[in-house]
Amino acid sequence: MTEPLLRVRDLKTYFVTEHGSGTARAVDGVTFDVLPGETLGIVGESGCGKTVTSLSILRLIPEPPGHILPGSFIEFEGRNLLTLDPRELRAIRGNRIAMIFQEPMTSLNPVFTVGDQIAEAAIVHHQVSRRAARSRAIEMLRLVGIPDPDERVDHYPHQMSGGMRQRVMIAMALVCRPQLLIADEPTTALDVTIQAQILELIDRLQAELGMAVLLITHDLGIVAGSADRVVVMYAGQVVEQAPTATLFARPLHPYTEGLLASVPRLDAPPARARGRLRSIPGQVPAATAWPEGCRFHPRCPYAWDRCRAEEPPLLDAGGEPGTHAVRCWLLTDPRRRTPHP
Amino acid sequence: MTASAPAPAPSPLVDVQGLVKHFPGERGLFGLGRPRAAVRAVDGVSFAIAPGQTLGLVGESGCGKSTVGRTMLRLIEPDRGRVTIDGQDVGALKARALRALRRRMQIVFQDPYGSLNPRMTVRQMLAEPLAIHGIARGADAGQRVAALLEEVGLDPSFAASYAHELSGGQRQRVGIARALSVEPQFLVLDEPVSALDVSVQAQVLNLLTDLQQRRRLTYLFIAHDLAVVKHIADHVAVMYLGKIIERAPAPALYARPRHPYTTSLLSAVPVPDPKAQHERIVLVGEVPSPAHPPSGCPFHPRCPHPRKNDRCRTDPPPLREIAPGQLAACHFAEDPL
Repeated sequence: MTEPLLRVRDLKTYFVTEHGSGTARAVDGVTFDVLPGETLGIVGESGCGKTVTSLSILRLIPEPPGHILPGSFIEFEGRNLLTLDPRELRAIRGNRIAMIFQEPMTSLNPVFTVGDQIAEAAIVHHQVSRRAARSRAIEMLRLVGIPDPDERVDHYPHQMSGGMRQRVMIAMALVCRPQLLIADEPTTALDVTIQAQILELIDRLQAELGMAVLLITHDLGIVAGSADRVVVMYAGQVVEQAPTATLFARPLHPYTEGLLASVPRLDAPPARARGRLRSIPGQVPAATAWPEGCRFHPRCPYAWDRCRAEEPPLLDAGGEPGTHAVRCWLLTDPRRRTPHP
Repeated sequence: MTASAPAPAPSPLVDVQGLVKHFPGERGLFGLGRPRAAVRAVDGVSFAIAPGQTLGLVGESGCGKSTVGRTMLRLIEPDRGRVTIDGQDVGALKARALRALRRRMQIVFQDPYGSLNPRMTVRQMLAEPLAIHGIARGADAGQRVAALLEEVGLDPSFAASYAHELSGGQRQRVGIARALSVEPQFLVLDEPVSALDVSVQAQVLNLLTDLQQRRRLTYLFIAHDLAVVKHIADHVAVMYLGKIIERAPAPALYARPRHPYTTSLLSAVPVPDPKAQHERIVLVGEVPSPAHPPSGCPFHPRCPHPRKNDRCRTDPPPLREIAPGQLAACHFAEDPL
């Protein structure tokens, strides 16, 4: 069995809300592994805690109002990231673990050239000279498919389109050849043809550089095309975890099932293309007041008394041991998998 | 009514012919220097929508699809072209008559956060159009507000809420209720579900389908998501750089796209099925600026068609009928990708 590159155990990241109206339990006991070289997709809707999870890994949670609770554990290459001092953490962040964000407009500094911003990480982490860093920057721009890299290296972010800026972000992230790339909605702000380019680029670079990718997205289509394994999050928790093929073929959590059924599909047969979509009733609850019992029960078509009273643990769903886990009481009583009228 | 429009059985409720909107280029800093080239946001767009039907207008950012919707309602004045709704020429109307016509055509915006007044309750937001158009006041308006909320799937108790107390899906329902309050025949839906989470998106799409059937509404559904459009549209028009490059009944367009841009767009949409992963056509380069559209066919610099040649660089291909009801602006539309 391969040793995981990243091990997240019982991660809890809470926020104290502004009006003192309570504590938002944004991430509430999340556990998963990332294996070397694999792509793990984390999917979920707004407010499920997927972004806070990724920010917690790099300890980029603003404290206060946020804090990571004692008992949480994030191990990377054998070290607990949560106990490192700031200097040790800086040696990992942007170097061994890099991150790209959704919004390429606001995550680049407008007053530095893209070349300077790419070179900075190489200078800081690898102590290379300015000259060497500049040629590394040009090489990275070429690698991410930016035309005329010798010229583009001296451009400012505002001189580039959204797609080009996202390529620059990727060049910045990869200049130190990280072992893990965290990509948080890397294509959400982009048009579909540009999105296809960026996804293809990430796939190609992953193969070339042998890094692992933690891909955070709300788009099940992107996960289906890019991830080896998938973690589905709802209300601050992992509700289902499985190899990609298994998850799409046999979704077992009612939330995963509902999510898959509510996506309008391009490959829908013509007879089904028009007409009603299945939807999940209600909406995601607030992080200050997760429902009692199973957090999905108010929206679940199968819920019964136990779901309202008792919070289910992640249960093994069979198949190869430890590969498919589901946080749902239906696993203990499969006959109940018939929706209420 | 023009005879040349591809006539679906009943005569169209909405007819757009040769719509043009160019935004003048800005001057440099302090208004000095030569103005930049005009942005050709909408560059000769024509289509018709039959009563009770939905036209999906799709394209990527900056293709001009939202400008089409807004110029149709004269929220932006078009430069040229003719828009008729139920036989009335929208462009010829003076302010008063235009306001009367606005009762019959409404718009729902993408951003349910920016399009609702944060200082008004839902009741005030829904009662305002009723008062402006002299439909109802007082207790009568209150009853209508409650009925509207119920129709869009909200509990009437939401009438006392402010926008910030609502979720994205609830806000979008209020936006739809506001548009419906004046009992329009025609709705421009400008990316009405793209800001919503997928589970809520499905709820709102179902609502729009139900309302259309119940009220026999006609929709212009503007979107970038071809999968969403497949779900709701009877006809689809694809825009690129201010022009419609393909227009067809939805089943034909999805089954056999004739323009290489449509084909590429469809192939770029991620499909939520790991077994159905196909070879994507990844277009090279980016959409050119609508201030400097390429010569000839506007798509030629990115076109993956193997037969692309000099003619594409010089001759703009006209939008022409390739199959019954299916129009495409490509020299090689008979030999699609």
